Amino acid sequence: MTKSELIERIVSRQPQLSAKDVELAVKTLLDHMSQTLSSGDRIEIRGFGSFSLHYRAPRVGRNPKTGETVELQGKFVPHFKPGKELRDQVNDSMAV
Amino acid sequence: MTALTKAELAEKLFEDLGLNKREAKDMVDIFFDEIRDSLSRNEQVKLSGFGNFDLRDKRQRPGRNPKTGEEIPISARRVVTFKPGQKLKIRVEAYAGSQPQ
Repeated sequence: MTKSELIERIVSRQPQLSAKDVELAVKTLLDHMSQTLSSGDRIEIRGFGSFSLHYRAPRVGRNPKTGETVELQGKFVPHFKPGKELRDQVNDSMAV
Repeated sequence: MTALTKAELAEKLFEDLGLNKREAKDMVDIFFDEIRDSLSRNEQVKLSGFGNFDLRDKRQRPGRNPKTGEEIPISARRVVTFKPGQKLKIRVEAYAGSQPQ
């Protein structure tokens, strides 16, 4: 499912809203979530899961083309931990 | 530090887009429901700019009860993984917070 398919599915469940409104809402939600993570805060969605940042320590990397070593700075990467309901629902689908 | 929840996401839709409180709450619920339902149908979810939710089937593997040390197999299972998109990765990398979580 892509973002545009997600928008279509929401529209079919929220017929009183225009497709344009739903599109804007989905963009707003994703943007607010990105914004939250990039300011270092967590996201906790009951039944779905939580997003947080994981720290990656500085390390010495290598340019794969030239073989030259490069100092890589420490950085944060987004991390998602599925919630119990999502974990169970997805796992149950394997048995089907 | 507080975490962003569904209530705050709904508040954002109310403030920025002028959806009424009911519509805003329903929108947030349906947004996460649809993603979860898609994943439960073994269907990957790709949200460009944000990231992809992928599914992986894991085979049974040996495990251990950490308390008793007893060996118990971890059953085969299907799990969700999230791969952040390029745009989100770049935005997050720029976070200068010095406190590793």
